[in-house]
Amino acid sequence: MKIRIIVPLHPKLIIAVLALSLLPIQGSASELRQQIIAGFAQDAKLKNSGFAGFSAGRGQTLFLSKPATGKPDTPSCTTCHSINPAAKGQTRAGKEIAPMAVSKTPERFTDSKKVEKWFRRNCKSVLGRICTALEKGDFVTFMSNQ
Amino acid sequence: MLMNSKTYIAAAFVALAFGAPAQADERYAPVRDQTVIKECGACHMVFQPQMLPAKSWSKIVDGLANHFGEDASLDADTARQIKAYLVKDAADAGWWGGKFMRGLSKTSAPLRITETPYWVREHNEEVPQRAWSDPKVKSKANCLACHSRADKGNYDDD
Ligand code: HEC
Repeated sequence: MKIRIIVPLHPKLIIAVLALSLLPIQGSASELRQQIIAGFAQDAKLKNSGFAGFSAGRGQTLFLSKPATGKPDTPSCTTCHSINPAAKGQTRAGKEIAPMAVSKTPERFTDSKKVEKWFRRNCKSVLGRICTALEKGDFVTFMSNQ
Repeated sequence: MLMNSKTYIAAAFVALAFGAPAQADERYAPVRDQTVIKECGACHMVFQPQMLPAKSWSKIVDGLANHFGEDASLDADTARQIKAYLVKDAADAGWWGGKFMRGLSKTSAPLRITETPYWVREHNEEVPQRAWSDPKVKSKANCLACHSRADKGNYDDD
């Protein structure tokens, strides 16, 4: 007697179903990030009615700048985050920091409390003041394209 | 031989006098508090509270807005919780005094573990100066660069 193994699902179908089941997770990470950016946009508009959207270019300029108005040990965002957004960074105590580029670290900028906490700290350290909504939106927009 | 209580006590003394020094003993209870692990661990290894006196930990947590040249400020609730945890197991928390109290006066409150007399003595004797400028080490606060199980409270590999 021949034993037939029944394969109810074609492998391609299984892959398709798996891929679909992963989509909502990806979707929600970028959704959360979009919500955070939308919040910054609201605040930016409140401050300046002429607000015309965020700019990745301005975000990059902020990231690379050395404003010299903050604490001497942290002259730039790149002091810890490395000059290449896709590369790992390192804290001053030698701990590794995952890349800021969203393409490398998809969960970046998805937890609003975390985002606000680090903007508060790091802008104070590097710029000597808190960042504006415009600066935050520009920065997250830049990193989302990286 | 019958062991009476005197024999037990004598045996315990013998064990204390000869047993203990033979064992490696750079061990500290690892930090288990999830808030401490998350917040302190975001930038550096989570140092064990036994490495500084309570006064030091209080000063450090109260001064987080300028934490060794960085703003590491936290909301008041989180800061209070972390301070309570660190103070509870500080170097001077027990009546016997921890190792890190050696050479420290009761009133001193150093801000850096790496400036306590105990830490300095342990490292000056064995660590060549050039090791500190190795880019993989980067900072004296990077215990894990040389003590691979430091985050588990184990510094026996020195
Ligand atoms: C002293 C080191 C240091 C400097 C300087 C620094 N950062 Fe960071 N930053 C960190 C660390 C550590 C984290 C948290 C670890 C992580 O998220 O991987 C972080 C996280 C962040 C986050 C949160 C990311 C997320 O996943 O939500 C933002 C936003 C951020 N930094 C922006 C900046 C900006 C903007 C600058 C410059 C103005 C800057 N950082 C400068 C160390 C630094």
